[in-house]
Amino acid sequence: MLSLKVSDIINENPLFKTYVFKHGLNARPGQFVMVWMPGVDEVPMSVGWVEADEFRIGIFKAGDCTTAIHEQVKIGDRLGIRGPFGKGFDLKDYKKITLAGGGCGTPPLLALAQKAAEKGMDVTAIIGARSKNLLIYEKEFKKLGCKVLVSTDDGSKGHKGFITDILKKELEKGKTDAVYTCGPEKMMVKVIEIAQDHKIPSQASLERFMKCGFGICGQCCIDGTGLRVCKDGPVFDGEVAMKHKEFGKYARSASGKRCDL
Amino acid sequence: MNLSVNVCGIEFPNPTVLASGYLGVTGASLANCVKHGCGAVTGKTLFLEERPGHPNPTVLTYPGGIINAVGLCGEGVKEGRHEFEVFKSACPSNPLIGSVAGKNIKELVECARIMDSHPVDMLELNFSCPNVDDEMGRPIACDPLMTAQATEAVKKAVKKPVAVKLSPNTADIGLIAKHAEAAGADAITAINTVGPGMLIDIYTRKPILANKVGGVGGQGIKPIAIRCVYDIYKNVKIPIIGTGGISNGKDAIEMMMAGASLLGIGSALAYHDMKAFNMIIDKIRSFMEEEGFTDVAELVGLAHE
Repeated sequence: MLSLKVSDIINENPLFKTYVFKHGLNARPGQFVMVWMPGVDEVPMSVGWVEADEFRIGIFKAGDCTTAIHEQVKIGDRLGIRGPFGKGFDLKDYKKITLAGGGCGTPPLLALAQKAAEKGMDVTAIIGARSKNLLIYEKEFKKLGCKVLVSTDDGSKGHKGFITDILKKELEKGKTDAVYTCGPEKMMVKVIEIAQDHKIPSQASLERFMKCGFGICGQCCIDGTGLRVCKDGPVFDGEVAMKHKEFGKYARSASGKRCDL
Repeated sequence: MNLSVNVCGIEFPNPTVLASGYLGVTGASLANCVKHGCGAVTGKTLFLEERPGHPNPTVLTYPGGIINAVGLCGEGVKEGRHEFEVFKSACPSNPLIGSVAGKNIKELVECARIMDSHPVDMLELNFSCPNVDDEMGRPIACDPLMTAQATEAVKKAVKKPVAVKLSPNTADIGLIAKHAEAAGADAITAINTVGPGMLIDIYTRKPILANKVGGVGGQGIKPIAIRCVYDIYKNVKIPIIGTGGISNGKDAIEMMMAGASLLGIGSALAYHDMKAFNMIIDKIRSFMEEEGFTDVAELVGLAHE
């Protein structure tokens, strides 16, 4: 367990903050860390940006732990960090890739875009949110040279509707070697289906309740294959993700009992 | 060469048994272990009621070991049936051990009775977990008379073979095993985790585990586990599932020589991931070849001769 000082906090929007740590984490895009808020809980978070001596994680205010982090952690405070864990995205030797990020699922795709840009790949980032003020990392994707396409559920910015509408049109144009997605699971199911319709490979980053983070406790094992999201994932090939019969349908609570997504 | 083992009338295809608490939340996960070579599996310990366990952090590694305070989470013994059915339909010829616990002997017996009706081959009584003391008091398995009482009560209520999982955190584990055997236990599983232990983060100045203390396992406890199994073997005739810090094939052979007929595998997963099972089995096989053994049962208790 590392205990790292938060060196900066960027308020992206009322529900989303980026936490900056001056520490060389050596994480690959799509990998995650367990973030410990002492006295509250420890939760898995995707690494959203990696440099030689710095990494960032984007935290969406959702449950008890992330709310406590949002409300209590200030610059200079420490958070516990375990990791990086899991299998990240694989960029292979693709030339042109398309990213499909929904809401708080966007950060690992930013880390991926960062790596893809380094490799000189052509990146289209389709990012969506419920509303304009909840959209994240548009500027950052643009700065990396990505073509950015935006959708909002309420139409306050970009296409009114879902990122899957944009993805369909983009893939019809052709020229994409692979699709990468992270976001609400039902959205990811659609993204993979659209990619499959166009015979394009896809990779999806999944999330489940985690405890150990390194593949021994069994808490995040997923029905259909029994694979561990923390170790065999969190990134799965689209075909493998679709073999998981719970994918897009249910998850499990802390006790291991099935629950809604 | 024979690697299969018959324990309590049950045929185990090889001596490796996934230990309780590891990868045992779902039937699909248990089946995935068999796919990677594991001979038999033990489910996560279940109680009568659903339990979320302790908050995170619950599992930590440190140089030499693993400390955990998962806190016996589980969906409850009745609801757990479905996961056992999933496992058995995928792996009909691999033994399944159902682990049960209770906040008191009455609940333990009721839980065991329900588990007995599930498609499991054997029961394991977990009254040796060191990280729920706040809630349940000192583990039953630290006391010879309570161990006997609980074992006897369960044995009267169930038909399937019963393994009693013992704690190393006691002065005389051999004596406790003897009491379990006299009370009707069909096998002993040893050991549960050591301790409890604690890790403190020096910057936040706080114990890291949310439960503050947790059971210590992994490589570092192997010599304790070997000694415990050695002591138990001296004291009882019933078979032993030797568990505790087995990290590779050599550890596994040591454990059998101390007296274990079967091997509980858990922390090896932290060091070698899913290939741990086949790695251990391959080492046992090559050792037997080199040393001229033909049946894996010949290794059991060799260190006593």
